[in-house]
Amino acid sequence: MSITADTVKHVANLARLKLDDQELAPLVQQLSNILGLVEQLKELDTDAVTPMSHALDMPIPERPDLVVPTSTREAMLANAPDTEQGYFRVPKIIE
Amino acid sequence: MTYDPNYETVIGLEVHAQMVTRSKIFCGCSTTFGAEPNQQVCPVCAAFPGVLPVLNRELVSMAIKTGLAIQGSIRTRSEFARKNYFYPDLPAGYQISQFELPIIEHGQLHIVTDDGVRKRIGITRVHMEVDAGKSVHEGIQGASWIDLNRTGTPLLEIVSEPDLRSAREAGEYLKKLRSILRYLQVCDGNMEEGSFRCDANVSVRKLGQTAFGTRTELKNLNSIRNVMRAIEYEAERQIDSLESGGRIVQETRLWDANLNTSRPMRGKEEAHDYRYFPEPDLPPLVIARERIDTIARQLPELPDAKAERYRNDLGLSEYDAGVLTSSREMAMFFEETVNRGAQPKAAANWISVELLGRLNRGGMEIEQSKVTPERLGRLLALMQNNEISGKMAKQIFDIMFESGGDPDAIVQEHGFKQVSDTTAIAAIVEQVLADNPLQVQQYREGKTKVMGFLVGQIMKATQGKANPASVNAILQEKLTG
Amino acid sequence: MDPTQLSLVQAHAWLSSRQISARELTAAFLERIDRLNPRINAYITVDREGAMAAAQQADDRFRNGTATPLTGIPIGVKDLFCTENLTTTCGSKMLARFRPPYESTVTRRLKEAGAVILGKTNMDEFAMGSSNETSFFGPVRNPWDTERIPGGSSGGSAAALAARMAMATIGSDTGGSIRQPAALTGLTGLKPTYGRISRFGMIAFASSLDQAGPMTWTAEDAAIILQVLAGHDPKDSTSIQAEVPDYVNTLVNRLDGLRIGIPEEYFPDSLDGETRHAIDEAQQVLRDLGASMVSVSLPHTRYAIPTYYIIAPAEASSNLARYDGIRFGYRCENPEDLKDLYTRTRSEGFGAEVKRRIMLGTYVLSSGYYDAYYRKAQKVRRLIARDFQDVYTDVDLLLTPTTPGTAFPLGEKKDDPVAMYLSDIFTINVNLAGLPGLSLPCGQDHQGLPIGMQLIAPVLKEERLLAAAHAYQSATPWHQRKPEL
Repeated sequence: MSITADTVKHVANLARLKLDDQELAPLVQQLSNILGLVEQLKELDTDAVTPMSHALDMPIPERPDLVVPTSTREAMLANAPDTEQGYFRVPKIIE
Repeated sequence: MTYDPNYETVIGLEVHAQMVTRSKIFCGCSTTFGAEPNQQVCPVCAAFPGVLPVLNRELVSMAIKTGLAIQGSIRTRSEFARKNYFYPDLPAGYQISQFELPIIEHGQLHIVTDDGVRKRIGITRVHMEVDAGKSVHEGIQGASWIDLNRTGTPLLEIVSEPDLRSAREAGEYLKKLRSILRYLQVCDGNMEEGSFRCDANVSVRKLGQTAFGTRTELKNLNSIRNVMRAIEYEAERQIDSLESGGRIVQETRLWDANLNTSRPMRGKEEAHDYRYFPEPDLPPLVIARERIDTIARQLPELPDAKAERYRNDLGLSEYDAGVLTSSREMAMFFEETVNRGAQPKAAANWISVELLGRLNRGGMEIEQSKVTPERLGRLLALMQNNEISGKMAKQIFDIMFESGGDPDAIVQEHGFKQVSDTTAIAAIVEQVLADNPLQVQQYREGKTKVMGFLVGQIMKATQGKANPASVNAILQEKLTG
Repeated sequence: MDPTQLSLVQAHAWLSSRQISARELTAAFLERIDRLNPRINAYITVDREGAMAAAQQADDRFRNGTATPLTGIPIGVKDLFCTENLTTTCGSKMLARFRPPYESTVTRRLKEAGAVILGKTNMDEFAMGSSNETSFFGPVRNPWDTERIPGGSSGGSAAALAARMAMATIGSDTGGSIRQPAALTGLTGLKPTYGRISRFGMIAFASSLDQAGPMTWTAEDAAIILQVLAGHDPKDSTSIQAEVPDYVNTLVNRLDGLRIGIPEEYFPDSLDGETRHAIDEAQQVLRDLGASMVSVSLPHTRYAIPTYYIIAPAEASSNLARYDGIRFGYRCENPEDLKDLYTRTRSEGFGAEVKRRIMLGTYVLSSGYYDAYYRKAQKVRRLIARDFQDVYTDVDLLLTPTTPGTAFPLGEKKDDPVAMYLSDIFTINVNLAGLPGLSLPCGQDHQGLPIGMQLIAPVLKEERLLAAAHAYQSATPWHQRKPEL
């Protein structure tokens, strides 16, 4: 299975990655190679197999509905590159 | 733009209802509305590296309650999934939601249409998911601010079938759904604060056409009135476009309540590819049958069942039963009034006419009423026992509505006590008859209309406090006897 | 004797008898780090102050009688375990200055037991790599031959321990990232059952595969650390709620009656001859200890790599969406608009291998490809897991090579992702099936480079792995071989 440069660009956009031209060509080749590896799964008949999303079969645990504050606002904002008046600051969002 | 009778509007609604858990869906942060920005945020809800979600049990119980109330089927094994997209108010870059295996499917509720017909509206699915944060744009130069307090608040997304055919039906559906959630006490239903939000999918088609038309999605509808106005606007816009040879573009449109129009959203114009996949951090949600049964036993009586009981057991009209069950608070008010000794029909009448009439004029909710059900019940009991007349009751009610106060105290203070003592009334009747021989003569000659004059004289002599029924009976007896 | 050459068990004896103080022990390791780390690049951050403060507290615990077997033991921790207020980079420019306001459950448990955390060890960026060449902080060098790779992604943890810059280290293993570097540096590396050790605060690569584990000189040391780390954590919904057995007291010297399966698929013609020979010899040692060898088949083995390279990148593409330059981490200079903020931050903050896997994962989840790739891989994952369930009705453990060959030269596979991915061919199945696996040294090639073998147990049978490894180490010298530096 090969993958086109346009598909790679579309996927990059979905992933919010920007690829310059030097990056694009080798990546198209590498992804095609990896997907080539993946092709062999098609040999297997898996129609009757249930997909496995978790390593172990166990039910979700549920916690009681208790308010347990763990962090101060200062701690939560301390790593942020840009904050203002207690908010995280980003370029203008256009709706 | 005009309404075109050759077209039919098809509407499906997606409601996002915030559940009133104390803590967030996957962490211990508080869900209280109105805190300082980013005050109720922790590494888990802010999606810091390496943190993991742990599910709130109460939310699951609330979802089960909701599923039972809309007669949906509850999956004993459901699954959380990630919906991937980038947005600054979505810190993880994915929303934990449910996709292929939602907790509830195949529900329904009933509305009453314009023609007074009961109509079933299908509910495709109900699933649990996290709410996003909020962004602030106004008054900030070249930037937006992000507040993550709301991030991780639990939501139920309730998706209707495209069964609604008018803006009014959409409004009725939302009122009914909100009322059910409030009865269950799982959502406060406050649209302005955003705890009950609605997106509408709208399309139009020619009458008789079976295929659906291309739909648009309407957002930013922060009241039921706006939902209805936006749907009306959109249906007309689509019909006009089709009639002038255009076609409908599938898009998301933002309603502007000030301008009464909608416009396409710019920020999310790119084609979505949410790349849903099962949430690897959360094993499947397995719900034991016994848990569902226990919750079912504790479920409160819901509006439709209540209305039916009011009609069948209490003899109320369809209209009164509908009004009194429209909210949990209203029904509780009515039932408490009856518990305090009021006859159900009288209570219904007084609440829907006297109380709601006055509340509506003042733009008030029933919770704000100074007339409590205990006091109204007592007032109506006084009237039923002939201790006060209906006319007095209304005067007393006015005082209670304006200034509060207990009906017994008001009766005392204003001397509203009705005279029902028959000997006392008989003496006054004798006196009035003696004072008005001419009218007595006329009555006995067949001019029975003078009866009214005589009653008036008696009431005047008793300053209106005589029990009118007693007066009538005694007067009749004296005149004919 | 140089205290940095002690095993964990020996050091505990020295500390208990006051032959050495925790401060002296820690100082000796810090001195060795100063001397050797510039050559090996095993540590990204060395926390001298924190380590000495912890050593002081450890000495107090020995005085007041509250010491545990880990008290005062100097440990290096892979730099993807969040440590409160201590920089946690995950080997990435994206998190080069990230100081978590919380502690991972792994490091919290280590600290509570009194361990001394020396610092944060180097790793492939976001644990994506098999050679430790993708780290933003430069490649790690193998102490056995500094022109060779130490394996990855826990290459810093492996190299730090092999060079005796820690008495034990903690790694994480998504497709072999503990066992493969342990094999290439002559160490014992344990990946426990998925969910045995909490993932809370361990920066996620592929959530359904990631598992933390110890890297040590001996199986006995691994047992002591696992004892502290294993157990349910209410902060991790995938953490197993099962009793934790006594891993140390179940260690044995004989393996009578133990049935060890030898899966034919793990010995392909392409397997390095010296590795094959070393494992043949190990089988004889195990027979001498009382175990019997049984030929078995795991027919879906060859599908593991393609399955893994769909599932792991898919989960990673989603896990790494949170790196957006808004709340923490790298942010590009002067973003023009929101889109620019996202794309430039992520393009500049992530390295090539991370971007490659995000791209792959985004692609296999995207509309139109989900069923063909992701769902298909999840189905094959179940077939792979069933293979193991089937053979465990006949055998108690499986024995395989850990890697197809010994440590390769730096740069050899750097630009060929497929060749790099194939170096995990024997370890990946274990993660897909959620099983515990352990690598231990079983020989050296003609260049003196360590060869590792892998034991694989059924779910939650870590004590069986540790007991077999301990018995083997009681009878062989390989775990005592040290690189000359």
